[in-house]
Amino acid sequence: MTNLEKYKEAFVKGLEIGAEGVESLEYQGIPQWDSVGHMGLIAAIEDSFDIMMDTDDIIDLNSFEKGKEILSKNYGIDF
Amino acid sequence: MLWEFNKYSDKIALVDEFGMLMTYGELAKEGERIAEMVESRCLTFILCKNAIGSVVGYVSFLNAGIVPALLNASLERELLDNLLLTYQPKYIWIPKEQKGDFSDMECIYTSYEYCLLKTNFQTEYPLHSELALLLTTSGSTGSPKFVRQSYQNIKANAESIVQYLCLDETERPITTLPMNYTYGLSIINSHLLVGATLLITDKALMQKEFWKFFKEQEATSFGGVPYTYEMLERLRFFRMELPSLRTMTQAGGKLTPELHKKFAEYAKETNRNFVVMYGQCEATARMGYLPPEKAVERCGSMGIAIPGGRFHLIATDGSIITEPHMTGELVYEGLNVTLGYAEHGDDLIKGDERQGVLETGDMAQFDEAGYYYIVGRKKRFLKIYGSRVNLDEIDRMIKGKFDNADCASAGIDDHMYLFVTDNSIAEDVKSFVALKTGLNPMAFKAVVIDEIPKNDAGKTLYKELEKYYEF
Repeated sequence: MTNLEKYKEAFVKGLEIGAEGVESLEYQGIPQWDSVGHMGLIAAIEDSFDIMMDTDDIIDLNSFEKGKEILSKNYGIDF
Repeated sequence: MLWEFNKYSDKIALVDEFGMLMTYGELAKEGERIAEMVESRCLTFILCKNAIGSVVGYVSFLNAGIVPALLNASLERELLDNLLLTYQPKYIWIPKEQKGDFSDMECIYTSYEYCLLKTNFQTEYPLHSELALLLTTSGSTGSPKFVRQSYQNIKANAESIVQYLCLDETERPITTLPMNYTYGLSIINSHLLVGATLLITDKALMQKEFWKFFKEQEATSFGGVPYTYEMLERLRFFRMELPSLRTMTQAGGKLTPELHKKFAEYAKETNRNFVVMYGQCEATARMGYLPPEKAVERCGSMGIAIPGGRFHLIATDGSIITEPHMTGELVYEGLNVTLGYAEHGDDLIKGDERQGVLETGDMAQFDEAGYYYIVGRKKRFLKIYGSRVNLDEIDRMIKGKFDNADCASAGIDDHMYLFVTDNSIAEDVKSFVALKTGLNPMAFKAVVIDEIPKNDAGKTLYKELEKYYEF
C-alpha cells in the first residue's frame, strides 16, 4: 500500500466514513469530523504510520491536504 | 436580580476570541435595553452558542425575570419546531446568521450578533412565580422534557460553587462546554457572581484557535466531561506550557480511575487543582465535589456534598444506609434541588414538586471517611460525551422511524449499541440515532442479532445483550 492509500484509509477508518471525496475533507465539514472524530482520526493516522504526533500538529491538522503537509514535513512521510 | 453587575461595572465580564470585550457595566446596560424590548415576564427560547450574544441574552432575561429555555443552536429543526409548538414561547433569541430560518418571525432587536424574534403564537402559558429557567436533561433525543429551575436554585448552587472552588474576580475560565448544558452554564453562573472574566469561544479543544485564545487571554480554568480528559491526554496535555492554568474541573460522568489518577497527579506535581465533581440538571448543576487536596488519595470518588447540601443512601428496603461500602440509591438534599419537570406548556405553572429532595437514580457507596463513590445506575440511560441519553427513548425513536422494528439499545458510557434483527436497516438506524442525538456516529455501533432476548412478558432482557459489548 502506498502512503497515500494508507493515509486515505486512516480517514475512512478514523472517521467511519466512505472513501469517496476524502481528499476534500475539512474539519467540521462533515458531522463525523468534529472533535470526537478528530481523536479517532489522529489515532488512526498514528497507528497507520506508527508515529506519535505532537500537540501542535494534532491541532493544526484541519483538512486532508493540511494533514499530508504535516506528515511529510514533520514526520518524513512522502506522498 | 440574580447578578449585581454594577458591583463590578469597570471589570471585564466577557471576552471572545475575536477580541470583543464587554464590561460588567455594559452587561447591565444591555440587559436593561433587552428587557425593555420584551413586554413583560414571559417565556423565551435561546438558541445557544458559546458566543457573547448568547450569554448576554441569557443573563439579561434572567435578571429581568424573563424565563428562557436554553437549547443548542444546532438542534435539529424538526425537534425545535416540536418544542416551539409544545411551549409556544413569546420570543426567541437566536444567532444572527440563523435569522433566515425564521423568516415568518419579526426581528425586533439585534445585539452582539444575536437577534430577538417575536413569535406568532397565540397561547401564553402561565408561569409559576419562582420559575427562572428551563433546561433539557440531555438536549438531544428531542424529548420535550425540561427541568424547571428556580431563582433560588440557581443562586444557591452558584454561591456554593463559588465557596468550594474559592472563586474570585481574578478567575478567567475558558468555555469548553456548551452553555445550554447545565455544567457549562454553572461555570457562567458562578463566575459572574464574583466579577470574574469569562473567556468565550465556540472552538473545540482539538482546534488551534482554542489554544491560541487560551494562552493569549491567560485562562485560569476549564471544565470537562470524561471525554474531554481523554482528548486532553491524546493531545499530550501534560507536556503543554500553560502557566496561567490553576484549576481543572471534571463532571458529566465518571472518569476512569486511571485518568482520574493521571490528572490528579499532574495537578499535584504542577501545583494546580483538579476537582472531580458530581451533579445533575435536576439539582441545578452540582451536588458533590472531591476537594482537590484529596484528589490523589480518594481517586475514583466523586467526593462529598457541596456546601449547603447533604447526601444519604437508601437501601432497597427503603432504610437509610449507615455502614460504609454498602450500595444504595444516592439521595441529595439542598436548596439547589429543582422544582421538577415540565413536559408541556401547561406544566410551567407548577410549583415545587420536590421540596428540596432529589432521588438521583445513581447507585453509590461511601467509605469510612464519608467520601462517596458512584457504582451504578438505577435507570436506563448512558452518558455519551457528557450528555445523558435515555435508552428507552432511543428504542422508541427507532421503532417510530423504522416501522416498529424489533430493536434494543444498550451499552456503556460513550459506547451505545443498537441491536436490531433486520440487517438491511442496521446502518440506517445508526445514522438516524447519530443525527437525532447530534452526537458523533463513533459513539454508536449497530449490531445485528437473530432475535432480541425477551422474557415471557415480552420485556427486553438487556442484561443478555452485554455479551456483545466489545469495549
